[in-house]
Amino acid sequence: MHTKTVAELSAGLQQGDFSSTELTQAYLARIKDKGDELNCFVTVTADQALLAAAAADQLRSDGKAGPLTGIPMAHKDIFCTKGVKTSCGSKMLDNFIAPYNASVVERLNEVGMVMLGKTNMDEFAMGSSNETSYYGSVKNPWDLKAVPGGSSGGSAVVVAAQIAPISTGTDTGGSIRQPAALCGITGLKPTYGRVSRYGMIAFASSLDQAGPMARSAEDAAMMLNAMAGFDVRDSTCVDKEVPDYTANLADSLQGLKIGIPKEFFGEGLDAGVADVVQAALKEYENLGAELVDISLPNSGLSVPTYYVVAPAECSSNLSRFDGVRFGYRCDNPVDLEDLYKRSRGEGFGPEVKRRIMIGAYALSAGYYDAYYLKAQKCRRLISDDFKKAYEKVDVIMGPTAPSTAFNIGEKSDDPVTMYLSDIYTIAVNLAGLPGMSIPAGLVDGRPVGLQIIGNYFEESRLLNVAHQFQQATDFHKNVPKAYK
Amino acid sequence: MSLDVSEVEKIAHLARLGIDEKDVPEYALNLSNILDLVEQMSAVDTSGVEPMAHPLELAQRLRADVVTEADQRERFQENAPKVEDGLFLVPQVIE
Repeated sequence: MHTKTVAELSAGLQQGDFSSTELTQAYLARIKDKGDELNCFVTVTADQALLAAAAADQLRSDGKAGPLTGIPMAHKDIFCTKGVKTSCGSKMLDNFIAPYNASVVERLNEVGMVMLGKTNMDEFAMGSSNETSYYGSVKNPWDLKAVPGGSSGGSAVVVAAQIAPISTGTDTGGSIRQPAALCGITGLKPTYGRVSRYGMIAFASSLDQAGPMARSAEDAAMMLNAMAGFDVRDSTCVDKEVPDYTANLADSLQGLKIGIPKEFFGEGLDAGVADVVQAALKEYENLGAELVDISLPNSGLSVPTYYVVAPAECSSNLSRFDGVRFGYRCDNPVDLEDLYKRSRGEGFGPEVKRRIMIGAYALSAGYYDAYYLKAQKCRRLISDDFKKAYEKVDVIMGPTAPSTAFNIGEKSDDPVTMYLSDIYTIAVNLAGLPGMSIPAGLVDGRPVGLQIIGNYFEESRLLNVAHQFQQATDFHKNVPKAYK
Repeated sequence: MSLDVSEVEKIAHLARLGIDEKDVPEYALNLSNILDLVEQMSAVDTSGVEPMAHPLELAQRLRADVVTEADQRERFQENAPKVEDGLFLVPQVIE
């Protein structure tokens, strides 16, 4: 059963080939068998999953089942789940039992999806390799020596290793797309504001967005249907009608204009990755699309701009972790300042501390204009480049990441080198656009992702463009040998 | 841009982050490298560019000033390290 897509599982449930309880038991057995070696879960919620599966089976026998009812899934451990530990990959929240559900969790519960557990992630979603997690590195199923990418590494791995049929992730600078690329799966970051951020532990509030991580574009479309939509509890959530994201999957790509930014194919891009991406673009030409050379002249500014905007917002968001109301508290504080400093010093890992300090510095008196205001101006330039490009093209394509998965420990000593692994994904968050990564092939046994960037709220088009590629090719069906 | 040890200690204090003394030089090095990366922004002329705070340029929504949440103090305080009589406990602040 574990080799099926969500679309196939949905049909199987509907035809009565198996029940949600049987399906959930099969996945729980697979988690027991394969989960530990990949270190992909922080918490497995077996009892709760079986109860949810039984409820889903009941809904079905009552004739109230929808397409996702009874389908197992995994949540990134950044989403608050009522009564279940929600750690965000941090010692700070190792003891935190969420008192309420995130909107995304609530919505997927409502349609009858079955949560198998909470996936491992970089601490507070700050990282590109999953090595910053308090719970240790997640392993890439294509090669256990390799990182899975980050920060949604656990969510990418459970799908790639067929331990869960689909999962949720969040993307602040590439945290859905980059691990999707490095693990060979399909990941979608929606337009900023498309999915509610309520109950999703905040990292950088003007950039964070949740999305599906799946085996195919069709599966991602099915789950996005349930995730997207207005929520009064998130003041940046957009009140805009949600289309049926599966409705246009079959549309022809004849005449589609694909922008190819020259900046995404320059220095720093691995030659093997470049070849795979070029071959994928050729396939799009075969499907009737037209490739158009474009330029995003300010895209080189994205990494520097991001490392002001994101740390500034994080230093503000993470001030709530003070050892008073929830989370970690140090032993025997002598006074209030000692309580704050030691709780935060002991509760946060080094990467989180670095980003809080960069943010505190950039926002401090005398430096605000030179850093934060300057970054906001650069953000406008980066965003305007995309606006100009979309006057000429329908979507933009390029590599998701400059290389395939690197080895555990290879970049963890040098933050700046690590930051550059998100060089092609970050601009999309700064502009607030939707972006996807889909599998495009392998280099030396490790997956390569093709990034597809759309105009605002054009998730349907992205999914259509991805689905047509997946109808013509089999790259998304590649599964690492040990996890077939 | 390079930060020295005393600047790192000052920033850590502003952020209320306890850092082991032996780790400060490494933070100084890493933070300086990150600021060097960030410095690349200064190569671009941004005079006359409107700063961008939000990708969709939306205004903040307002709602009526009425109570929408029930009191759930006890439930929320289950996660607190130390409480007494519905209050969060911290080391004594006022003599």
